[in-house]
Amino acid sequence: MLEIFSYGDAGWGDEILAGLAITMQLAIATLPVGLLIGFGAAFASMSRYRGLRMIGFGYTTIMRGLPEILTLFVVYNGVGLLLNIVAKWWSPDGGNIEFSPFAAGVTALGMVFGAFAGEVLRGAFNSLDDGQMEAGRAIGMSPRQVFLRIQLPQVWRFALPGLGNLWINMLKDTALVSIIALDDLMRITKVAVGVTKQPFTFYLAACLIYWAMCVLSEIVLARMERRANRGIRRA
Amino acid sequence: MTQPDTILKAEGICKSFGTVKVLKGISLEARQGDVISILGSSGSGKSTFLRCLNFLETPTSGKVTVHGEEILVRNGKPQNARHIETVRSHLGMVFQQFNLWSHRTVLENVMEGPVQVKRMPKAQARDVAEALLLRVGLQDRMQMYPSQLSGGQQQRVAIARALAMEPDAILFDEPTSALDPELVGEVLKVMQSLAAEGRTMIVVTHEMAFARDVSSEVVFLHEGRIAEQGPPERMFTSPETEEFQRFIAKVK
Amino acid sequence: MNPLDILIQYWPRLLDGTLMTIKLTLLGAVIAAIISPMFALIRANASPVAQAPLRLYISFMRGTPILGQLFLIYYGSGQFRPFLQEWGLWSFFRDPFNCALLAFALNSTAYQTEILRGGIMGVARGEIEAAKAIGMRPSRVLRRIVFPHAYRIAWPALGNEVILLMKASALASVVTVFDIIGRTRQIFSRSFDFSVYLWAALIYLCITAIFVLLWRLGERKLSRHIGAQSDSRTILNPPEGPKA
Repeated sequence: MLEIFSYGDAGWGDEILAGLAITMQLAIATLPVGLLIGFGAAFASMSRYRGLRMIGFGYTTIMRGLPEILTLFVVYNGVGLLLNIVAKWWSPDGGNIEFSPFAAGVTALGMVFGAFAGEVLRGAFNSLDDGQMEAGRAIGMSPRQVFLRIQLPQVWRFALPGLGNLWINMLKDTALVSIIALDDLMRITKVAVGVTKQPFTFYLAACLIYWAMCVLSEIVLARMERRANRGIRRA
Repeated sequence: MTQPDTILKAEGICKSFGTVKVLKGISLEARQGDVISILGSSGSGKSTFLRCLNFLETPTSGKVTVHGEEILVRNGKPQNARHIETVRSHLGMVFQQFNLWSHRTVLENVMEGPVQVKRMPKAQARDVAEALLLRVGLQDRMQMYPSQLSGGQQQRVAIARALAMEPDAILFDEPTSALDPELVGEVLKVMQSLAAEGRTMIVVTHEMAFARDVSSEVVFLHEGRIAEQGPPERMFTSPETEEFQRFIAKVK
Repeated sequence: MNPLDILIQYWPRLLDGTLMTIKLTLLGAVIAAIISPMFALIRANASPVAQAPLRLYISFMRGTPILGQLFLIYYGSGQFRPFLQEWGLWSFFRDPFNCALLAFALNSTAYQTEILRGGIMGVARGEIEAAKAIGMRPSRVLRRIVFPHAYRIAWPALGNEVILLMKASALASVVTVFDIIGRTRQIFSRSFDFSVYLWAALIYLCITAIFVLLWRLGERKLSRHIGAQSDSRTILNPPEGPKA
């Protein structure tokens, strides 16, 4: 039974690994995008300007309230549309611009990640101990130093569990791009199923691989949390 | 003079938490109308002993007899565990942290036991509860929730709740230790009136005045054993053991 | 893009899809709500050995994509078709709605179990002891004291879970269930009008908003006894992350 997973022409092993590679690339590419948007959303929500606050609130509320697959479709179909409108206006004779499924995936997943991350970060910033920042300023630290050396490490410690959960959810969300024809792990599995007519076997294998990635992530995150919390005594 | 009945009897109660022996064989007998104060420094095991009487802690070995029901414990296993709930329904308990049910009103708190455990009809339970709340002086707080009451008021509701079960004896686990000083008095007054009524009470307490003036017997626990026991007049004026002497001196 | 025309022409289908989404979400959540209290008690009280199969199940549900779970049930059942037919179960697994409902119910049960476990473990120990001290039987203590408190504590998280379930239900469209997304894709394939996606988004946001309102009302009712100190800001926490 296990021969179907072997390498080479007879088995699907190498195709599955290729799909896994795409999945990982997608997740790793999305993370910085998501974090950037997350910080942006958090700062917007905490800004002095009412307009910015409303943008932050609106963005996070909408992106958190929509199904990810809808966001994916909107981005994939919508941005492609937009790009083509812009391209046609730029050079009416030029061909269609392809908005790759990979780019669509990174954008959509990043936007969703960013919305949730914004809330996590906002909560983390709100939990900061003002006293410690005052102490920094009293010593004569510049606002930039206070931010980098006092605020950020603490925000990191508070936000890590929430961000860790978001990472794991995002790992699982990458499976959605299989629907827009990106050759990730899920899509390769679907192809294999079509050929071998053994859906349970292959989908189970795919699930187990995702499971392994998530469990691995949890272990790594637990270690990171321990490190981030060294020296802190629980109240 | 006829000997009053034995309401509660504990024999050879031992309790270990892992390898730590907290109770090293305590025996106690409470007769009708007895008010027994249990004193001791922290760590002496007094709360643990009290909680063993109604099996909120299971003794490692020993025997507890209440209302004719006997519960024997060997190796941490009670021999007839089914009877534990029956035993509990004959004992009332008043906790240090009151432990009122926060999602029920004062009246509902007092009614809960009779309705749920003794299967009393609701209307009858309500009458009983209202009478008891009048008894402890809280008749105009009946529809309030515990969060709206002071600590002293909550504890008085807790006493009414225990009384509603018509217990043979009431166990008090440091009933005033969690109260602000000004509120201690109102609770002690209620306890005093219960004693005057002839209730059987076992009280773990730090209130020396109560132990001296209201109890019929004082039991002093030291390191898991009864170091000294006797009537309060004798205990406080001429303590026999060195440990009790030191204890009184510290508390003065 | 003709948003108004799309709405006028296709609103029956969108309504149909909306009802399907609500049906899928509600049924899935309710089934999970019936099973999870039992599981939550096991998680909160049983020995580690007894809990092991449950923990494995929960870990699997939380560690694998819902899409994978859905495919496993819908397409995977095909691999066992003769066996299922023999047991008369094939007619169940043939229907994409049933498979989707099963997948969502299994998934939500796992999450609701963990949420409820948190609630159970948050119940004040003293109140449980007081009930025991009065002589209440364990089943009664659970019914009268533990679960009322546990549900109040878990209420916001349970509300989030229902919202996440609704978003996950959109995946049913991938196995040809005609929920909101399913209808939306259908309409898009005919009209090529992008605005239908925006209507779909609006519908989801409306359902979420109404649900959040009702859930908060429920929380207020459950928290009557807490008193003036309760802060409405604490009532709804932001969902921790998408259901994937």
